[in-house]
Amino acid sequence: MEDLALDALPAEGLDVSDPSIFAQNLQGPIFERLRREDPVHYCSKSPYGPYWSVTRYKDIIEVDSNHGAFSSAGATSLDEVRAKGVSADATPIGGFLSMDPPGHGAQRKIVTPALAPSNLVKFQDLIRERTRGVLGTLPIGEEFDWAKTVSVELTMLMLATLLGFPSEGRLRLKRWSDIIAGVPGDGVVESWEQRDQELKEMARTFLMLRDERRAQEPASDLLSIMAHSPEGQALSDMEFASNVSILIVGGNDTTRNSMSATVMSFHENPGEWAKLKANPAMIDSAVSEIIRCHTPIMSQGRRATQDYELGGKTIRKGDKVMMWYISGNRDETAIRDADRFIIDRQNPRHHLSFGFGIHRCLGNRLADMQLRILLEEILAQGWSRIEVTQPPQFAQSSSVRGVRSLPVRIHP
Amino acid sequence: MPKVTYIEASGAEHFVDAPTGLSAMEVAIDNSIPGIDGDCGGQAACATCHVFVDEAWSEEVGGPSAHEAQMLELAEGAQQNSRLACQINFRSDWDGLVLRMPAAQF
Ligand code: FES
Repeated sequence: MEDLALDALPAEGLDVSDPSIFAQNLQGPIFERLRREDPVHYCSKSPYGPYWSVTRYKDIIEVDSNHGAFSSAGATSLDEVRAKGVSADATPIGGFLSMDPPGHGAQRKIVTPALAPSNLVKFQDLIRERTRGVLGTLPIGEEFDWAKTVSVELTMLMLATLLGFPSEGRLRLKRWSDIIAGVPGDGVVESWEQRDQELKEMARTFLMLRDERRAQEPASDLLSIMAHSPEGQALSDMEFASNVSILIVGGNDTTRNSMSATVMSFHENPGEWAKLKANPAMIDSAVSEIIRCHTPIMSQGRRATQDYELGGKTIRKGDKVMMWYISGNRDETAIRDADRFIIDRQNPRHHLSFGFGIHRCLGNRLADMQLRILLEEILAQGWSRIEVTQPPQFAQSSSVRGVRSLPVRIHP
Repeated sequence: MPKVTYIEASGAEHFVDAPTGLSAMEVAIDNSIPGIDGDCGGQAACATCHVFVDEAWSEEVGGPSAHEAQMLELAEGAQQNSRLACQINFRSDWDGLVLRMPAAQF
């Protein structure tokens, strides 16, 4: 989109719900304009109905940390049909992500111990060994798809391990993740019926694994923890499957796309790559900066439970409110040089990519660890750089910033 | 200015002058003390500035607010004397205050 054409459009007509904006990577200037002219923006008509867009850093934190005024119940994405399905017996997705207290806390606590730093340490060596294994087989000097060969493969291996899912079946996890995040016509999902068929298949598979785990001794993987904890045992089959769905998407789309973003960011900023090579101590802050700049989960939705004043606007009870993390992460009033990728910036952890408040990403420490190991192992290979040879393809989604393909060439 | 001690889970001690009016999270970040992340910048929204207030000081410093207590439920290993450092504002007479950090922030 030309800047001129964009500026000619009145701000009130802007509708950022259109997923093709993100497929073409055009969101930057649109959100820049919303932040400047109409940071709490009402869109009265969209294919998903009317909704508010909250685009500034501070306002997003205000909404995200006030779960009393902004409910998550069935409202976390623009397209609510996605969570609920169309038929009466559809398999729901979203688990505790789409719940409010007190139910939310009780279900979130079931999986929390598995993702706590003290448990993650147990997976560290395995993750490193696998990362090294995958990087060690990459062709040097030849073009290949990083998204498929590295990002998908590593993410699936890790997710399978963490869940306690048989690693031979790991590509099924990717398929389910795409199905859960998908809508008809996106290239993966053909119809709501087919989508629900596959979700039911997912539910059956995981319920079977749960029963297997119950017959075994407790272990530190997620399925075992969910199968053995008293709270986990109290979940109905549907609740169990719904919670598995959020773990699959949470552990998949986020890490997979951050691993592609790692390569994209350094390709576009060779100076930062040189800085990191000269000083690997910057890896931790580089990881946070990659996650901030890419923002793998671009948005989350809420529904107002009361009238609420935000940024001079009155949000009405019952209104749908979208928080655009991808925009807040570029808010110049909160983050200096927000549009630039700077691996040694002052407060690299101050970003919105993990969300805030009671729904803050449970996997944030795992994400940090996986990306840190990836960067450490890339550096250990001693390559001079990883070149992006053709423009990356982005997913058709207003929720997940997916990198579908990333052609690269490794320079020795 | 009161002198405050931060103690990492490893036992490493950091003695700092704590300007009154600043929060325990801000002072830790300003002094590059490892063990406090403060990811949300002090909005009591992320629970990554979890600290344990030394027993001798817990009454003086006081307990968490209702919202803070809810965020602390997300923190790993929270105890009776847990607080969010961003919600503790230093007072001029808190000379000798001791705060301990957990092994990791969640
Ligand atoms: S800095 Fe986020 S809760 Fe204190």
